[in-house]
Amino acid sequence: MKSCLVVDDSRVIRMVARKIMEELAFEVVEAEDGKVAIERCNQGMPDAVLLDWHMPVMDGLEFLHALRRLPGGDKPKVVFCTTKNDLEHIQEAIKAGADEYIMKPFDSEIIQSKFMQVGLL
Amino acid sequence: MIRHDDFELLRGIVKSRSGLTLSPDKAYLLENRLMAVARKWGMNDIDGLAAAVRGGPNEELLREITEAMTTNETLFFRDQSPFEQLQKVVLPRLMASRKEARHIRIWSAGCSSGQEPYSISMILREQSALFKDWRIDILATDISRTMLDKARAGLYTQFEVQRGLPIAMLMKHFKQAGDKWELDPSIRAMVEFREFNLLGDPGTLGRFDIVFLRNVLIYLDQPTKAQVLEKVCRQMPTDGVLYMGGAETVMGVTEKFQPVSEHRGMYRVTAGGPSQWKTPPASIASNA
Repeated sequence: MKSCLVVDDSRVIRMVARKIMEELAFEVVEAEDGKVAIERCNQGMPDAVLLDWHMPVMDGLEFLHALRRLPGGDKPKVVFCTTKNDLEHIQEAIKAGADEYIMKPFDSEIIQSKFMQVGLL
Repeated sequence: MIRHDDFELLRGIVKSRSGLTLSPDKAYLLENRLMAVARKWGMNDIDGLAAAVRGGPNEELLREITEAMTTNETLFFRDQSPFEQLQKVVLPRLMASRKEARHIRIWSAGCSSGQEPYSISMILREQSALFKDWRIDILATDISRTMLDKARAGLYTQFEVQRGLPIAMLMKHFKQAGDKWELDPSIRAMVEFREFNLLGDPGTLGRFDIVFLRNVLIYLDQPTKAQVLEKVCRQMPTDGVLYMGGAETVMGVTEKFQPVSEHRGMYRVTAGGPSQWKTPPASIASNA
């Protein structure tokens, strides 16, 4: 079973994302900010990260930079999932090493489409 | 609740003008979709709409009734694999056999709001160096003028650009226009859109090496499917390729096409087509 780390400071968004990812047969781990997400990755690198941008403590972009520096941190497919819905932020995320990008609001179809794009479905 | 005679009248119109078959259990669908048409024409209910139809020929009203019943579901790079096949298998092979003419024609039939033909044009643009000195025509047709207008505009919602379209393609070929995303005019210019009813004669459209007829025939009955496929076949060379939806089949419908076993949803012309459509040798693929 593939694993997905859902990183978002909103408990509701994490709950919705968990439900969708579990329906897509992923094992889900949650983190409420980038710092906690790094701890989770140190315990075990997930196959995918569904990543919010704006979060307290460590935001999504900072997390992505930190993740890619970790041993094995180049492996997870990182899919941003954020309200930053403009081309500049998309370019910044991809340049930083994100594999795909979801503009909120999202639904299961969009998540499925994006995880197909990164080759995990 | 729609009256039985109104349902029979309206579904008869839709069937004769588009081939679309509506079983009695779809009465609710017809009622839901045609209420908007009724209101637009100043009527309060389907009874009034049916009365207007009975009142005499009104081409515009009949066209709107038919158009309202069409299903316009589509997305960029739908199912992925047909577009990968097109890029890796079909185009290289056709290019190898058309080295002299250097001309390939592609038809996206039932193109809805344009995501399918634009997916093809983006593939061609990504490999533009390989198609230098080639003429690749993409004709996209639909019965719905509303959908064709939307397709020509090339403006898509945030939801639409996130269904099937890789983010790299969005970054490269779209720009933001208010709350929508606008496809690059040069990609749009690669596609010619034209109104066409699949019940009509595709001979008026010319011949096609590749036809995308995906998830269109599912709404038609068997005899109509067969007629459409036979007419499409007449417009294709013996090495032409037909794409249908993953859940569709020609089995029991027509013998004009044969499935290509290695590639789901891909069909070859029965008479004379190459028996195998495997991935071409590396030398052909790399030249294409």
